[in-house]
Amino acid sequence: MDMGTLMFAGALGLMLIGTAALVLSGHLMRMVFGLALLESGASLLLVLTGYRSGASAPIILDGVVPASMVDPVPQALVLTAIVIALGVQALALGLVLRVHRAYGTFEMREIRRRMERDICDQAGLELPSSNEVPEPYPGSPKPQQGEY
Amino acid sequence: MEWLVLIIVVVMLGAAVAVLLLQHYLAVLAAWSVVSLGLSVLFVIVRAPDVAMTEAAIGAGLSSVLFALVLRRVGLWRIDTGVPGDAVKKLPGREPQR
Repeated sequence: MDMGTLMFAGALGLMLIGTAALVLSGHLMRMVFGLALLESGASLLLVLTGYRSGASAPIILDGVVPASMVDPVPQALVLTAIVIALGVQALALGLVLRVHRAYGTFEMREIRRRMERDICDQAGLELPSSNEVPEPYPGSPKPQQGEY
Repeated sequence: MEWLVLIIVVVMLGAAVAVLLLQHYLAVLAAWSVVSLGLSVLFVIVRAPDVAMTEAAIGAGLSSVLFALVLRRVGLWRIDTGVPGDAVKKLPGREPQR
């Protein structure tokens, strides 16, 4: 297997694992880490689009342009993207901090349930509940109001 | 050069899976730094030294500091997290460290 294929596989794997962390985890902190992994994989993928095997780095020394060099445009874009990724992570972490200060937990389900209840309290509405909630088995604990 | 790329890619993907699976957030942050450093070595190999420098300074350095500060502020910067739903299985015969 040649080098380019291997690195493409690595970039796609990083994006896949980052997406898995975003989708499968219910913990807000781990979701931010997944977002960071996704950004890393995307930047590697972008740099690889300009890669040419056997080429040299796009640096002009003493006015001599190398005969074959890697495409410098994706590199410049990725340079910006890395810095923006830091900003995105800082924003996400700030939001996580605010949520943790308000609710004291990182669990997605718990936060969503309590946030919904708070919104309904503020608006003076009843908690929306589905009519298709299955009947509990006899002997099982009764579901709390607003559980579904 | 292929074997070097192979080793780095395997280490990076392993560390990324560790980010997904580890219980302690201290260890998650360490695994994420490993991913970032491996990425910067890969950037050097694909002839992008400027991107590698930026990734090592910002991705591995500043961003890890940011994560560490936030983890410390919310109280996850310790071995025994004690957060419900993300609870650490207590090892037998080992006291949680303070």
